[in-house]
Amino acid sequence: MALLPVKFDLKKRVKLAQTVWFMYWFAVLAGVLVLSMGLFFKIELRKRSELMDNNESHFLPNLLILMGLIACSINVFGGKVCYDSLDPDKFAKWKPMLKTYLVFCVGFNALLLVTAVLCFLMRIPMQFTLAEGLRNGMRYYKDTDTPGRCYMKRTLDLMQIEFRCCGNDNYRDWFEIQWVSNRYLDFSSKEVKDRIGSNVDGQYLMDGVPFSCCNPSSPRPCIQAQMTNNTAHYSYDHYTEDLNVWKRGCRDALLSYYGGMMNTIGALVILVTMLEASVTVGMQYVHSSLCNLANPEDPESESEGWLLEKTVKETFTDIMDKMKSMGKGVKVEEGEPAVETVS
Amino acid sequence: MPFMPVKFNLQKRVKLAQGLWMLYWFSVIAGILIFSLGIFFKIELRKRSEMMDNNESHLVPNLLILVGLLACGLNAFGGKVCHDSLDPIKFSKWKPMLKTYLLLCCGFNVLLVLVSLLCFLMQFSVYLTLAEGLSYAIRFYKDTDTPGRCFMKRTLDMTQIEFHCCGNNNFRDWFEVQWISNRYLDMSNDVVKDRVLSNVEGKYLMDSVPFSCCNPGSPRPCIQHHLTNNSAHYDYDHRTEELNIWTRGCLEALFSYYSSLMSSIGVFVLFAIILESVDMAGLKYLSTALETMAEPENPECESEGWLLEKGVKETFSDLLTKLKTLGRTNQVEGGDAPEANT
Repeated sequence: MALLPVKFDLKKRVKLAQTVWFMYWFAVLAGVLVLSMGLFFKIELRKRSELMDNNESHFLPNLLILMGLIACSINVFGGKVCYDSLDPDKFAKWKPMLKTYLVFCVGFNALLLVTAVLCFLMRIPMQFTLAEGLRNGMRYYKDTDTPGRCYMKRTLDLMQIEFRCCGNDNYRDWFEIQWVSNRYLDFSSKEVKDRIGSNVDGQYLMDGVPFSCCNPSSPRPCIQAQMTNNTAHYSYDHYTEDLNVWKRGCRDALLSYYGGMMNTIGALVILVTMLEASVTVGMQYVHSSLCNLANPEDPESESEGWLLEKTVKETFTDIMDKMKSMGKGVKVEEGEPAVETVS
Repeated sequence: MPFMPVKFNLQKRVKLAQGLWMLYWFSVIAGILIFSLGIFFKIELRKRSEMMDNNESHLVPNLLILVGLLACGLNAFGGKVCHDSLDPIKFSKWKPMLKTYLLLCCGFNVLLVLVSLLCFLMQFSVYLTLAEGLSYAIRFYKDTDTPGRCFMKRTLDMTQIEFHCCGNNNFRDWFEVQWISNRYLDMSNDVVKDRVLSNVEGKYLMDSVPFSCCNPGSPRPCIQHHLTNNSAHYDYDHRTEELNIWTRGCLEALFSYYSSLMSSIGVFVLFAIILESVDMAGLKYLSTALETMAEPENPECESEGWLLEKGVKETFSDLLTKLKTLGRTNQVEGGDAPEANT
C-alpha cells in the first residue's frame, strides 16, 4: 500500500516535470542566497574580530558556505534530471542514480535544519566571546604604541560611534581602567602622582570617558571629563543628565546586531529547507511515476506516482531489517574463517 | 545622392532589426539608471539640505528624473517598432509616425547634452551654496533650543564625523564663533566674564572645537580644548600635532563628495547620448531599408538604407528653404487680411 499515491497520465507527468524543473531553479537561487549569507556573516565577523580577541568561531559561516555550495550543485543536477525526464532515452541514464540521489537529498535537508537551529543557538557562545573581547579591547585602548594593538583605540572609537554605545556594560567601565597612555601623563605633576597613588595597581584612573562616547544629539557640548563631579560644570547633574553620553553598553549593542543577523539567516535557512523538501517530494513523484509506466514502450500510458512504496511503518521495518542483515552478514563473515581454521 | 547608403537583403534586415531591438532594451535600462541616479542625487541633497541653508537648487536631479522617464518611454516605443518591423502588416501602422519619432529623438538628444552640461556646470552653484550654508550652520550650532535650528548641532556633528572634517575651511573657524549656548555658561564666573568682555560682540570665544572634530586614528586621547596652548597639555605642540583632530574643512569634503557624484552622473549621461545616437541611426537605416524595397510584395528582395536622403549640405539648405517659406506664408497671410478689409 503506497503512501500518498497519485495517478498520472502523460499531460500530468509533463506538467509535473516542468513545475519541478522550475522549482529546482528557484532552489539554485536559494542555494546562492545561503552561500552569500554565509560569506556576509564571515566578513562581518572578520571586520570586528579585534573586538572579539581574534577568538571568534567561524564554524557557522563556514557551514553556511558549504551548505550553499552543496545546495547549488544538487539542485542543478536535479534540474537537469527533470529536464531530461520527459525523454525516455535521456532519462534512462539517470534512472539508476535517482534512488541514491533522493536519499542524499533527504540527508541534506536534515543537515539544513540542523544549520538553521545552530543559527539560533550560536548567540550564546557569541555573548561570552564578545564580553571577553570587549573587556580586553578597553584595556588595550591606550596601547597605541604596542605592535598588534596599535589600532585597538581606533577600532574601539569607531565602534562606539557606529553602534552608539559606551563601555562594556555602561560608561562606568571606563572609570575602572587607565585609558590614557603613560606617554601623555606628566609624572612630575602633583595631580597625576595623587591619582596613581590612590589605587593599588598604580593606574591613572579618572571619571572621564573617550570622546567616542559622546552623543551628538545632546543639546549641550559633550561633557566627557569629571563626569561625576557636579560642581565642575555649570548647571550639570550627572544623575539626571540623559543625553550627554551613550547609555547603552557595547556588548549589548553588538550582541543585538549579530543576534539579529543570525536570526534572519536562521529564518531564511528554514525557508530554504522547506523549498528543498518540496523539490525532493516532487522529484520522488517524477521518479516513481516514470518507473511505473503500465506499458513501458508507450510513453502515453498511465502510471502511478507515490511518496513511499510501502507505508511509513513498513518502510521503517524494511530499513531496520536491511541494517540487521548487514550486521549479521559482517558477523557471519567473521565467524567463517574461525570455523575453517579450527577444523 | 543619399548620405552613407548601405545595401540590405532579407538576412541583413532581419539581423539589423534584431540587433537594434536588443540595443533599444539596453537603452531602456540606461533610462532607468538615469532615473534612479536622479532620485539618488535628490535624496542626497535633501539629506544635507540643512548644511546648505535649505537653499540648494534641485534643478539637476529633477531634470535627470524627467529625462530618465522620457528615455524609458521613447526607447520602449523604439523597441516595439523594431520588433514589429519584420512583419509588413504590423509595420505599416508604425510607418507614418516614424519621421516625427526620429525628430523627437533628435530633440531628446539635445536635451541630454544640455543635462550633461548642467551636471558639470552646476557644481559651482553647489560650492557657493555649501560655503554659505556651512557658515550659518557653525553659527547656529549652539541654538539647540531655537525651533527650526534645534537639530543643527546633531547634523553638523554627524557630518563632521562622517566626512572626517572640521569647521568650514579648517578647525580655526570654531575659534571665531560662540558654539556653547549661554544656558551652559556660568555668567557669574570671572573667567567667563573676561572672555565675554574680551571681544566687541560679547561672544564667549575659546580655542576649542566640538568633540566631532576628533580623529579616532590619533594615538593619544583627543585634545579638543586649549588647542593653541602648548603648556595646557603634556608633551603637546599644536604646530606639529597632526592626527589629533581632522585638518580638512567640511566645505572641501562635502564639495568633493557632491562634485564626484555629479561628474559621474554627467559622464554616464554622455554615454547615454552615444547610445541614443546609435539607436537613432539604426532605426533610420531600418526604416529606409523597409521603405525602399524594390518589390513591396516580395519580402526577400534587396533594398537600400541611408542616413539622409540627400547629402548633408543639401538637407541643410532644404531645411532653411522650408523655414523661409514658412516665414513668407505668414507674411503673405498678414498682407491678405488688410486687403480683405478694404
